[in-house]
Amino acid sequence: MNAKIKALFATVLTFVLMAPAMAFAAGGGGAPIVMVADTRKLSGIMAWWANLYNESHLYFTILTIILIPLIGVIFGVLADIIMHFIGIDLKSRDLAEH
Amino acid sequence: MEWLYILMPIAGVKIFWPGLIILGIGVGVIGGFFGMGGAWMVTPGLNILGFPMAFAIGTDIAHMAGKSLISTMRHGKFGNVDYKLGFIMLFGTIAGFEVGAQMIMWLERIGKVDMVVRWIYLGLLAFITWMVFTDIARRKAKDNAAIAAGKEVDKNATGLEWHKALHKIKIPPMVHLNVAGIYCSAWLPIAVSFFTGWLAGILGIGGGLIRMPSLIYLVGCPTHVAVGTDLFEVAISGLYGAASYTYKGRTELVAAIIMLIGAAMGAQVGAVATKYIKGYGIRYVFGLAVIGCGISILLKLMGVYVPSIAEVCDIIATYLILGLVSGMALYITVKMVQGAKQEIAMKKARA
Repeated sequence: MNAKIKALFATVLTFVLMAPAMAFAAGGGGAPIVMVADTRKLSGIMAWWANLYNESHLYFTILTIILIPLIGVIFGVLADIIMHFIGIDLKSRDLAEH
Repeated sequence: MEWLYILMPIAGVKIFWPGLIILGIGVGVIGGFFGMGGAWMVTPGLNILGFPMAFAIGTDIAHMAGKSLISTMRHGKFGNVDYKLGFIMLFGTIAGFEVGAQMIMWLERIGKVDMVVRWIYLGLLAFITWMVFTDIARRKAKDNAAIAAGKEVDKNATGLEWHKALHKIKIPPMVHLNVAGIYCSAWLPIAVSFFTGWLAGILGIGGGLIRMPSLIYLVGCPTHVAVGTDLFEVAISGLYGAASYTYKGRTELVAAIIMLIGAAMGAQVGAVATKYIKGYGIRYVFGLAVIGCGISILLKLMGVYVPSIAEVCDIIATYLILGLVSGMALYITVKMVQGAKQEIAMKKARA
């Protein structure tokens, strides 16, 4: 049994080492599609947002990467406050099963 | 009722925003409970709301990163996240995913890849389902045997014990994973994460659906730690994925933010629900979710082979997934409320 597992592990390891070479030999692919936001019907923050998308995907990405965790944490903490207010213990878990 | 619709600035379509919040809550609860992103549930949901497919994946990944982050924080406080294991697996996951994604482009050039991918996916889901329910059945048999022998039921007993055989492989460096309670070769989590990442790259999914059971059955994590650690992986890889898709212009951030409002709160409910549901209870509901996902893919495949029923199959698959999301989210929420009620009552009784 042990020998079989070792052989299986060696096969997987060989595959792991060989796979990148096979994949990189294939190279990249797919034609890039350019998308442009239509800002004519937009105003205020929405127009600013769509303009930022059209002007620089890099700035748009940076802002996205900042906003997503921030908003997640804000609303998550809000849910925490509500559950804590109800009286749920949010610091420990009694169940210790496999 | 115009106020119930919002114009998406990038995609240029009007979307029913309460639908986005409801979808967010549903996948948030399920994601926080099972430790997965849930792309297979979100995409048909966004599709039904009238979302263009070009933006569906990017938007899904962006909201997934945010909700997984808050779930990881919650699971971390419960002691469900093995950060050391998570960091070790991160390398394998990213490398595996990139190799898988490159490989799929190579396969695309060779020929018809869609069908192959769907059949692999279906086979994999069937295997996961078999694994989960075999494990549950064997554990139950062990419990019954212990009761029949008049012994106490072992809370840490497991059905499938493949991880025990894998832990016997002592290729250095060896690592102690204290939260998961594992001592094994570092190559084990690296190989498992590379394999699950590679599969995720080939199948075009986040990977939580594969990684969570792999953490349990191959690495040997307790269910709660598997859920928490997988969410840590999803949060990091989700942020990477969100950056990548957004840079390619494929994320509708307004929709992602609206979904995130529901998902962040739902994820907290799902994560807290793991306090009240036993490890094997989580595995059982997870098995049902995998069956639902499998049936929806089977329906899509039927549509490919019999084009005349393709539309009907698509509709059935979409409603099946949405029904499953609603049902499971409701079940988890009810269990969480019942558990919380019991906890509060016990606290009052003690005081």
